[in-house]
Amino acid sequence: MSLLNIDRVTKRFGGLIAVDNFSARIDEGTITGLIGPNGAGKTTVFNLLTGIYPVDEGDIFLDNQAITNQAPHRIAAAGVARTFQNIRLFKELSVLDNVRIGAHSRGRAGIFGAIFRNGAARREEATIHAKALQLLQEAGLAEYSSELAGNLSYGLQRKLEIVRALAGEPRLLILDEPAAGMNPRETEELMAFVRRLHDRGLTILLIEHDMKLVMSLCQRVIVMDHGQKIAEGPPEEIRTNRAVVEAYLGKEA
Amino acid sequence: MMNMSKSLLTSILRRIDEKEKSLYLSLLIAVAILPLVWQSDYVLRIATLCGIYIVLALGLNLVTGYAGQMCLGWAAFYGIGAYTSALLVMRLHASFWLALPAAGLMAAFFGLLLGIPTMRLKNTYLAITTLGFGEIVRLILLNWTDLTRGSMGLPGIPSPSFLGIDLEGKLFYYYFIVVLVIVTLVTMARIVDSRLGRALQAIREDELAAKSMGIDTTRYKIIAFAIGAFFAGIAGSFFAHYSAYIDPHNFAFGESIAVLSMVILGGMRSLPGVVFGAVVLTLLPEVLREAAEYRMIVFGGILMLTMLLRPQGIFGGVQRKKVSQTPVAVGQGKQPLYQNR
Repeated sequence: MSLLNIDRVTKRFGGLIAVDNFSARIDEGTITGLIGPNGAGKTTVFNLLTGIYPVDEGDIFLDNQAITNQAPHRIAAAGVARTFQNIRLFKELSVLDNVRIGAHSRGRAGIFGAIFRNGAARREEATIHAKALQLLQEAGLAEYSSELAGNLSYGLQRKLEIVRALAGEPRLLILDEPAAGMNPRETEELMAFVRRLHDRGLTILLIEHDMKLVMSLCQRVIVMDHGQKIAEGPPEEIRTNRAVVEAYLGKEA
Repeated sequence: MMNMSKSLLTSILRRIDEKEKSLYLSLLIAVAILPLVWQSDYVLRIATLCGIYIVLALGLNLVTGYAGQMCLGWAAFYGIGAYTSALLVMRLHASFWLALPAAGLMAAFFGLLLGIPTMRLKNTYLAITTLGFGEIVRLILLNWTDLTRGSMGLPGIPSPSFLGIDLEGKLFYYYFIVVLVIVTLVTMARIVDSRLGRALQAIREDELAAKSMGIDTTRYKIIAFAIGAFFAGIAGSFFAHYSAYIDPHNFAFGESIAVLSMVILGGMRSLPGVVFGAVVLTLLPEVLREAAEYRMIVFGGILMLTMLLRPQGIFGGVQRKKVSQTPVAVGQGKQPLYQNR
């Protein structure tokens, strides 16, 4: 069963074709890697998936429901959560608040609930609070709950971003270069963390330049170059694929 | 009335720890007995004015401090509330108790009206648009003479009555604004610590990330404007009946800047800070009345010093507990970071 279906999607920026007739299917419960040289269009694909850029042509389906060109907050509510290449935490808010904000689309309390604190609003607050604390505990971040997110170390900020995304109970988790800037030990820990999420049945799509991580973590790898998909398959196959090697290293003379 | 303010009081007090509790309690007692201890019409007038500006500044603080949306036309909502209330009571002979909430709702409605087309704008553009909005409202108040009498203003705005008793005494106004301030404070404290308040703060921190967390940023920004404007409208209504005379001059650009200064001086995002800022900047012109020519210089100088020395405001950044200033190093926690369970 494919959870996400990207169907012949094209995105142009003026004269530049950033994503060119790109199709891909992501199966439920898998970890898929999206790789390619710099400027290949990987992050643009993520931004199309999450509604940050409008799609020029093609369609995107989440569980057979079209999410093409929907507003980002609707796509998030539909179950797509993401992290960013350059960490975008709510720096001046506490670690706990960051995670509680991540759960926004799972709540419904509005102005009335905020001001009058009726039963439903109080119960919802309690549920969100408990869930956020549990997620922080599982990620080993509980001791930093009242810390400002901006005061955490780089590695912990990356992890908090994932936890924040998880708070929305996503069906698809999109990670944009989760290991960027991490030292080998942090990368190891991150891989263990992602594996644990996978073991729980979460579908994950990630962009990554660390090939060791991609090859050992992903069941499927999609390779992009110049906005197009040039290869797709299990990691062993991708490793030896001619087109991929050429894209990364250049053609043999 | 007693019961209501009592339950409001307990609900504030439940939310703050013991040490702060005694501080706030003594403040409240001081506010309550002020007119009895210091029997001066002048003092009472200044104190009442402080209350009006606290309500105005708390409303703006939700928009600018929490949601991070600049507004240079805040006095427009104040004016809309004042004129709505005054005209309802004078022309349609409505009761003040009806006109007061109506003034709030009218201002909130204009908050929505301003919000819908402008919420896609950011920073400077939003600042300029709200500045324009403030001027438009002032010019309408000035030029729609059939309705507002223009620059002649509206004199003789009646005082409210309750159960047939005319409430025109200065004491009534003083205690009534105290109640309004408490209600505004409680409402704001509750909003800040709620799903709605967190969404607003997320927008201030990083709008794109907020959208990706499922927050409909346009909608929430408009909500912030509407709620903030509601309180500005309430303050306007109170002011109209209290001063018994209003004209468009009361709601000019200078008022917008004054309220914004109160929010900045005390510290955006800190409710006690905003209260402090409003009180100081209301008292300051009175204290400096002797040196009237130098008043604005001192006023501007204080703002410049705030921006240079403490841009987060005097109370800014002291609100959160247990925040260490040193970054937490990776791997220095007690347990391994990514534990396999």
